[in-house]
Amino acid sequence: MTAQAEGEAADTDLVHAFIDGQPVSVPKGTLIIRAAEQVGVEIPRFCDHPLLDPVAACRQCLVEVEGMPKPQPACALYVSEDMKVKTQDTSTEAEVAQKGVMEFLLANHPLDCPVCDKGGECPLQNQAMTAGRTTSRYTLPKRTFPKPINVSAQVLLDRERCVNCQRCTRFADEIAGDPLIDLMERGAEQQIGIGEEPFDSYFSGNTIQICPVGALTSADYRFKARPFDLVSVPTTCEHCASGCATRTDWRHESVERRYAWEDPAVNEDWNCDKGRFAFKYLSENRLTTPLVREDGQLRKASWPEALRIVAARLAQAGSRSAVVTGGRLSLEDAYAYGRFARTDLGTDNIDFRTRPTSQEEQDFLASRVAGTAGPTYADLEAAPTVLLVGFEPEEESPIVYLRLRKAVRKHGMRVFSIAPFASEGLEKLSGELLATVPGSEAATLRSLPDDVAKELRADGAMILVGERLAQSQGGLSAAVALSEQTGASLAWIPRRAGERGSLDAGAISGLLPGGRPITDAAARQEVAKVWGIEALPETPGLNLAGIIAAIAADEAGAAAAEDSEEEYERSIEALILAGVDVSDVAEPAALQRAIDDAPFVVALDIRPTEVTAAADVVFPVATVAEKSGTFVDWEGRRRPFAITFPETQMFSDATVLSLIADNLDHDPAPRNVPALRAEIEALGAWAGERPDVPQVPAPPASPAGDNQTAVLATWRLLLDLGVTQEGAPYLAATRRPSVARISAATAAGLGIGEGDPVRVGSQTGSITLPVAVTEMPDGIVWVPTNSPDSRVTESLGVGAGATVSLSRPTDLTEGA
Amino acid sequence: MALTPVITAHWDEPDCFTVDGYKKVGGYRAIKKALKMDPDDVINIIKDSGLRGRGGAGFPTGMKWSFVPQNDGHPHYLTVNGDESEPGACKDIPIMMANPQALIEGIIITCWAIRAEHAFVYIRGEVPEPIRRMHAAVADAEAHGFLGENILGSGMNLKLTVTSGAGAYICGEETALLDSLEGRRGQPRLKPPFPAVAGLYSAPTVINNVETITSVPYIIENGVSWYRSMGTDKSPGFKVWAVSGHVNRPGIYEAPLGITMGELLDYAGGIRDGHELKFWLPGGSSVPLLLQDHLDTPMTYEDIAAAGSMLGTGTPMLFDDTTSVVKAITRWLEFYKHESCGKCTPCREGTAWITGSLERFQEGVGRSEDIEGLVELSNHILGRSFCALGDAAATPYEPALKAFRSEFEAARHQPVDEAFPPAATMIIPPETANLAGAAT
Repeated sequence: MTAQAEGEAADTDLVHAFIDGQPVSVPKGTLIIRAAEQVGVEIPRFCDHPLLDPVAACRQCLVEVEGMPKPQPACALYVSEDMKVKTQDTSTEAEVAQKGVMEFLLANHPLDCPVCDKGGECPLQNQAMTAGRTTSRYTLPKRTFPKPINVSAQVLLDRERCVNCQRCTRFADEIAGDPLIDLMERGAEQQIGIGEEPFDSYFSGNTIQICPVGALTSADYRFKARPFDLVSVPTTCEHCASGCATRTDWRHESVERRYAWEDPAVNEDWNCDKGRFAFKYLSENRLTTPLVREDGQLRKASWPEALRIVAARLAQAGSRSAVVTGGRLSLEDAYAYGRFARTDLGTDNIDFRTRPTSQEEQDFLASRVAGTAGPTYADLEAAPTVLLVGFEPEEESPIVYLRLRKAVRKHGMRVFSIAPFASEGLEKLSGELLATVPGSEAATLRSLPDDVAKELRADGAMILVGERLAQSQGGLSAAVALSEQTGASLAWIPRRAGERGSLDAGAISGLLPGGRPITDAAARQEVAKVWGIEALPETPGLNLAGIIAAIAADEAGAAAAEDSEEEYERSIEALILAGVDVSDVAEPAALQRAIDDAPFVVALDIRPTEVTAAADVVFPVATVAEKSGTFVDWEGRRRPFAITFPETQMFSDATVLSLIADNLDHDPAPRNVPALRAEIEALGAWAGERPDVPQVPAPPASPAGDNQTAVLATWRLLLDLGVTQEGAPYLAATRRPSVARISAATAAGLGIGEGDPVRVGSQTGSITLPVAVTEMPDGIVWVPTNSPDSRVTESLGVGAGATVSLSRPTDLTEGA
Repeated sequence: MALTPVITAHWDEPDCFTVDGYKKVGGYRAIKKALKMDPDDVINIIKDSGLRGRGGAGFPTGMKWSFVPQNDGHPHYLTVNGDESEPGACKDIPIMMANPQALIEGIIITCWAIRAEHAFVYIRGEVPEPIRRMHAAVADAEAHGFLGENILGSGMNLKLTVTSGAGAYICGEETALLDSLEGRRGQPRLKPPFPAVAGLYSAPTVINNVETITSVPYIIENGVSWYRSMGTDKSPGFKVWAVSGHVNRPGIYEAPLGITMGELLDYAGGIRDGHELKFWLPGGSSVPLLLQDHLDTPMTYEDIAAAGSMLGTGTPMLFDDTTSVVKAITRWLEFYKHESCGKCTPCREGTAWITGSLERFQEGVGRSEDIEGLVELSNHILGRSFCALGDAAATPYEPALKAFRSEFEAARHQPVDEAFPPAATMIIPPETANLAGAAT
């Protein structure tokens, strides 16, 4: 619903009632418990949650309603005109009823608050203080259960503490769509439990947070700290472009836990388990001092020494430098890199996209995305129809998935997906599959079934494209064309938290901050003015593919020159890499070669990697916990975050760059977040003309595979071998198993069945995984991109749409 | 007041449960009449007859049917509640055993009235006999063309599905029954929406008791004035009374509403010889107990309510002076504790707490503070639980305490089995010789 529509509803559909004598006017369909909150009356509750359907199970919120014979649950009764409600504050009946329920709830509760993780932040504890008796009248033996049982590797259940409010089961069923926990037994023996499958939901951690007692605890945080000993900081999740508000709780310079923080416009009250549990990487295996290469070995160095070396080499290289930044930087840091490249190095050789990309994508981003404010979560929720292309929301942007599911459940949104098979996530959205061979997305987009095209013409319909569509030639061009034809809005949803901010900040060749084309003189002028320089490069520099190619060409040229004893002027003398993981790109070997061959490599990272191992100088930089900043979510919405550890000694990327600029004797660059934000704000978004949208035609239909070959389909699972998930064993244990998906006919052609191993091979290597026979077109094989036993870029060196070989591992053994 | 056998009139015929046997005594004539009528007229006849639900709450049946929205584009369902599990209630199971065809005829007429094409009979899971009997009866009716496509050329289609629960008293609560029928855990649903608007599979659904629906063909066949010639203005018609307990001839007696317990007791041969009535319950364990003074109260919804109890299922249980009221109450609370579904706090925790405390009295170690304390605990359940199960569990204690306080006082020190030897209260006590034999 748009803000305007909400305003109209507020004017026409108000009902007027009295709560404890206070007049209250609320929209029709407001529950008493919510209306009471509006006039400052807090009615105690356990089962009630504003985002879950009412159940009225715990009965803690009973209030007196004039004209009704019995006390009524405030969490399940809607306010009606002239209703007179008396809560525990003004009604003895309500007060007595609430005290009675509280006494029942505490009768069998173990009252083990001193050793309970929830102690100190427990709704049961708090409400027992207000609605409870000081002593218990219950003298029968208490109900006991064995202390905690695992409902998953990550979530522990203590049934003695449970008040059976069903928030967790309702969350799993209604919100996540993973009804893997449910009530079992009955009466006083009723308890939460699982069936044969564990509660391996990507959203399981939310149940721990919304549990109003200490019944659900996390294996990770259990017995770690008391809430009142923790310092809480409002943060933004760094794991994806969903943009969740989170709260980081820390003590002793260590993050103890993360919670989802409430933001109705973005993540409502939820986050995913990656956002909640993957934070050990912040403290483990860190780089702490600069390193410089001496006699072929990296050694520790002081900041002044390292900065001097880098400044000297960069001064030589100048515009023959290149910057590659990965996709995890904050807006401010990405901005600093873009600024540093253009002002201090005088080059436009920069790219943040360390993943399979294309020139078509770059043109698409420049024309349609950079510096724009796109459709929002609210638009998404209101959309009648959504088409997903190259995008698995549950795996790649979990909060987008939750919002889609909410819309499907609340108003019957129709979801279509252009993908090789209907994923678990799509099924939970009651989505309809437009089965497509990887590489043929453009063809499907250009020949949609009439009913789908018609649905997309409806007001508010949306097309969501993932970053993976860049891998499919003509895909983004076709998506733009479809959006223009149907009027459906188009949103690009990248996976990483830093992608959208890096794009808006201009950390990509050809684009200055705010989506300004570098080829536009007015755009250059606006930026040059803010940056206090005379001129900016006028032509687009190299993107990542160009940088890799240039270094390879330099290497070949230098070798040739050596033979002929001529001077060879390299085009790339220095390479600056920030937070780059070599295995993220389509062809890791090529990038690794470029790093090895580049004459001078500076790496900035939080931890040792293959890149830092190959660098000439390494600077340690701050994690998100050691700096403040902003992520920009897929909507283009700014998501600022505060520094978690204010005492940190670590420098942010922007600070390191400003120190290098100082050593270059250049004008001082903005060093801290307020200064960077001021510049970004001063620049704002580009109001001038934008480049044309790409018009890459759909490629000719590629032949599907036969018995020996298949077209590769692949994407990353939410929980995989990503480096930011390191050090979280309980989280890792809830990963989805690595399987290779092929159709029944393809499996039959290979003579294998469900669970048998299949070998997926390329010239580079192979992956062997158990088969999951899946309803999908024949001649396709899907494997996860970066999961245990399935590291596609490293093993296969090819991406989605490539032709790979398929075989039974035993055949090979026999053949060998 | 004279007995008026209608539903039970031909139960002694050997083939009373077959289509042929039923037709022989006038069965399947009412549908011929009903299927020629406008469905709304059928609803109006039932409304005018004043038939009230026989499952315990006594809600006017015709009014319930009229709540179903018409021409709403949704399928409608009829669900017949045969989950008879109330302690002391034994009328629906005999009806399904002995007169299943009248039930099926009632289902056809009801579905015609509410425009349903699929009906369900949900039978208590622990009783295989009526489940088998109903399956056979449905097959029999299908074979005779009373179920299926285009029934009697009326254009009406009806599928009747017989199904059973898995042994939970809560599934007799109408919305829990619907959840169970849908294959879910049987727990009551939040109302609104009421089943008439969004019931089975979220479609408009009427849920009626077996006896209620079985009454329908007789009303259609014989008319409103015939029906209203029995009973009282607010509680018209006949009723199947299942009398049990310490009476000489326990059994089923069909008589108009308004008959007194005293009269029913006469039909049942009086309290067993040598004993006196101690207390009685008009309809199942979920209603407050009554005493000798109430034997002259007419058995109508309103008169029994005025006497401080409820007509309930209309299946009176009578207890003589050998009965320990403490033990009886404890036994019922144990039942409610066992059957509480667990959904809401007061019922889940309260039934367990009260039962545990009562068991102490039964063992002769009752706590004096519990004598009044259990009244308070009961009142923490009553009117605060999610559904009527909690109310039922909260009902027995206070009236029992009021009438027989001294027994609870005594049970603080003396086990009830000493004061009231169990063998004495049994209708067929185990033989002394056997007991002695067991002891040696």
